[in-house]
Order: sequence, then structure tokens, then C-alpha cells
Amino acid sequence: MSAVLLANAITAVFRYDFLQRALVAAVLVGITAPAVGIFLVQRRLALIGDGLGHVAVTGVALGLVVHRTPVLIAVIVAVLGAVAIEIVRAASDTTGEIALAVLFYGGIAGGVVLVSKAPSGSRNLTQYLFGSITTTSNGDLVVFAVLAAVVLGVVLLLGPVLFAVSNDEEFARALGIPVIGINILLATLTALTVVVSMRVVGVLLVSALMVVPVATAQLFAGSFRSTCLYAVVVAVLSAVVGIIVSYAADLPSGGTIVLVAIGFFALSLVGSSLQRLAHRTAGQGAR
Amino acid sequence: MSDTGRKSHEHPDHSGHAHSRAHACQPLGDVVISVEGGRFGYGGHASASVARLEIRSGEVIALLGANGSGKTTLMKGFLGLVDRIEGKVELFGEPVERLQDRSAIGYLPQRQSAAGPIPVTVNELVRSGRLTRRNPLGLGRDDGAVQAAISVVGLAASARKRVSTLSGGQQRRALLARALVGGSQLLLLDEPFAGVDQANQEAIADALDGLLHEGLTLVVVLHELGPLEPLITRVVVMDNGTIRFDGPIEQAPPELLHMGHDHDPHGGPEPTQGIGLVG
Repeated sequence: MSAVLLANAITAVFRYDFLQRALVAAVLVGITAPAVGIFLVQRRLALIGDGLGHVAVTGVALGLVVHRTPVLIAVIVAVLGAVAIEIVRAASDTTGEIALAVLFYGGIAGGVVLVSKAPSGSRNLTQYLFGSITTTSNGDLVVFAVLAAVVLGVVLLLGPVLFAVSNDEEFARALGIPVIGINILLATLTALTVVVSMRVVGVLLVSALMVVPVATAQLFAGSFRSTCLYAVVVAVLSAVVGIIVSYAADLPSGGTIVLVAIGFFALSLVGSSLQRLAHRTAGQGAR
Repeated sequence: MSDTGRKSHEHPDHSGHAHSRAHACQPLGDVVISVEGGRFGYGGHASASVARLEIRSGEVIALLGANGSGKTTLMKGFLGLVDRIEGKVELFGEPVERLQDRSAIGYLPQRQSAAGPIPVTVNELVRSGRLTRRNPLGLGRDDGAVQAAISVVGLAASARKRVSTLSGGQQRRALLARALVGGSQLLLLDEPFAGVDQANQEAIADALDGLLHEGLTLVVVLHELGPLEPLITRVVVMDNGTIRFDGPIEQAPPELLHMGHDHDPHGGPEPTQGIGLVG
């Protein structure tokens, strides 16, 4: 990809409404996904976003069948799925993982079966599975903005409680924090984030923006707070760079954004490894 | 329950410090923990049963016993962290399941590491123990209490360090600071010395010794008394899920005081505590 193509893509942002909408959606996702993802990673539930993405497929398919806004129906189905997941997790220690797997497979299987009855067939489902940011409408953008505001508002207000529960659930229970309720809340925030991210990276890649920027940030951050801030920066950068590159090189936006995020992670991994090596060498030299 | 026979005397601890049991001569206060007919466990299976147990304010109690004897389950039963199959538990006169304000309780869980996948500083970890004490929006007002708790456990120089970079003993002290930061009247510590070397054990004992003079009630699950022995006023020895001895430490048969060290009812080797943690 030449510099000329990239420059054309950047100037196109100022010319085309659909690219501007795409960038706004990308920034919204870039902020919300890691802000929720950091708590999931700390709870060692990094893949729950993936699972809820699968569940959201059923919601999207249902929307396509009944000719209603797939995004809103996906919100309802994903939130119900999130609550079900936490109830299953709280109720069963040993079979929880299997129950979750059943729910995830059920979500995508339900989506595939339902969409076969949709007048448009599976064609429209693809844009939700893999993202189709350039077809984001103003209406979608408003829904995403409201959902993102809700998610960020709750995270900012209840951040210390979410941290306490995700860091040490038993201690949080001893403090009298309603841990099951907070876990259901976090799962609900995850479901909302999945839906916000759906048109940007697609439900099958949605978990990537919750996890990869956090994984990148924790390589060089020194605290939980700074990890969260850096992860948001990395995610927003990945989303914006991904959209520009995808437009310039005519690539699918969702996959490009995730590959850019993974590229940042790989660079950070190499950087932090070199830094550790340099410290070790300096330490040996001093001795 | 027996609450008699405690003497005021001093003995040197393992490091020669003058830990004292002087606080024991203070009159006992109100009932802080009360258990009646309690059976606690998991999935409907009871691991600890107590006919009657009362702990009063100002007491320093060691919960002793071999692995699997039910001492951790009993401590979690006090807090409502395990299934209560039968019976009644009251904290500060309130049924535990209805106790809304838990700011008077500090708890050190039996976990080996304070570190998770995301970097967390000592400051951040300890601050999470203030949740019951503050308005979630009043972030700045916790700073004094957080710094004080970190100083008490001797980690002031490490307050901004990532918990994962600390030794096992230091991590245990950070978790102790989190338990202390709420300014609790009741402190429940589960194996505070697990994976902790002698020097850090002494540091923890010193920190607790200082707090006891402020009228704290302390319940500690221990394998062996160690450096806390001079502070202990009463021992409760668990064996096979029931209380085998409950009384003043001076009246406890010596072989019971060392059950956790010498006897395993399941016949297996003593599991290594704190693998990979260097205090």
C-alpha cells in the first residue's frame, strides 16, 4: 500500500460522510471495549465477549426475520444471554463451563437457523458476523453512542466496585458487595459493548478489541488505572488506523482493525522483551 | 466457650521482640461473633460443625487444626462465604445474612498471591479495602487511610510498585494492609503466614501487636502458632470438622497446639503452602 493511497484515504475522511460515521463508531468502540474488557481479563473471563457475540447472532437473525432493527433485538438477546451466563456460573461450579459452551453454540446455531427464514437470507447476517462499518447509518450511530455512554457511565461510577470484584471475588463478598449482582452488571455491560462493536468488527471478532488492547497495555503499564487508559488509547488507534488502512487498501474493516491491534500487541511484546533483556544485561554488567 | 484464665504476662517472641499479651487483661466486651448449631460447607456437605461459639471483643483467637479440619470453612462460615446448612450466625448482634454495614470487618483470605493478569499497585489493592467506608465518588478522601495501612505493614516504600513484583511475604503483607485499611473492629485472618518467611512473619506479628492495643478482636487461622503465640489469648482447635478444644491458650494440651504441624487426619503429606512465593 503506497503512501499516496494512504494520503487519499485520509483526505477521503473529510469528504465522505460514511467514513466520518465509521470513524465515530470506531472511536466509540475503541473507548468502550477495553474499558469493559479490562475487568473481564482480570477475572480471567477474557473470552466471555466471544460467547456473547455468538448469542447476539441469534438476536440479529431474529431482527432480520421480523423486520425489526437487528441492533436493538441483539441488545435484548445479548443482555438476556449475559444474565443467563452469570446465573449459570453462580449456580454451578463444576458444570459451568459446559453450560456456557452450550449457550454459546446455541446462540450461533439459533442465528443460523433463524436467518434461513429471513427474506434477505444470510446475506445481511454476514455484515454483523464480520463487521461492515461503512454501512453504519446515522440511526445506528445514535444507538451506539447511547449504549457507549451508558457503558462508560457505569464503569466510571462503579469502577472501584468492579475492580474489587474482578480482583478478588471472595474478599468482595466479605465486604458485603453483592458480587452476583455486580457480575450480572458486568456481563450486561459486556453484552452492550458487543452490540456497540458489532458493526465495527463483527460479532466473531468483537472480543478482540476487549482483550488485545488490554493485553498490549499491561505489557508497559504500571498500574490498573494506567493499563485501562493505555488500552483505550491502543484500541482507539487500532480502530482509526484500521479503518483508514481498510479504505485505502480495499480490505474488510473488521479484520483490518483487529490485525492492526494485534500488530500493536506484537510490537509491544518485542519492545518489552528487549527492555527486559536490556535491564538484565545492565544488571549483569553492574555486577 | 471459655473466656477465663487469661493472664497478663510477656514473653519474648521468636525474634526477641517484646510482644505482649497485656491486652488480654482488658475486660472482655460485647459478643462480636456468635454461632449456634452452625453447620457449614459446600454443596450441602458440611465441613465444619459448631454447637455453640461466642467470640467477644478484645479476644485474640487462634483457630488451629490439621489440613481439612474445617478451620477455614468455619472462618468463612462466620462471614457467610460458604453454605450455612444449619444454624445461626450473628456478627455484632446481627444475623450475618442481613448485615449490611461490614465496615467493621477486615478479612484476609487464604490466597497465595495478590496478583492477577492486570498490573495492580499496592496502593490500588489496599484502596479496594476501603469500599465499605466511602462514597464511591469521594476518591481522594481515602489516601490517608491507605497510606497508614501500608505503613503499618511496612510496605511504605513499595506503595507504588506492582503487586506482582513483590515477594510472596510482601504480597501477604499487602493483603493484610487491605484487611486493615477499613479501620475494622474485627479482623479475620486466614493463614497470614502461608508462604511467608520468618522475617515477614515477624513483621506481620509486629503490625498486629500494635493494632491489638487499639481494642481489636482478632481471629486467625493458623497451622502453628509461630510468632503470633505471645498475642493469642484463646485457642479453638478443629479436628475432623468439629471443635476439639476451646479455651485459654495456657490450658490447651501442647499436642493440640501442634496438630497442624504434626498430624494430618487424611494421612497425606502436608501440602506446601505458597509454592513459588519467596518471602
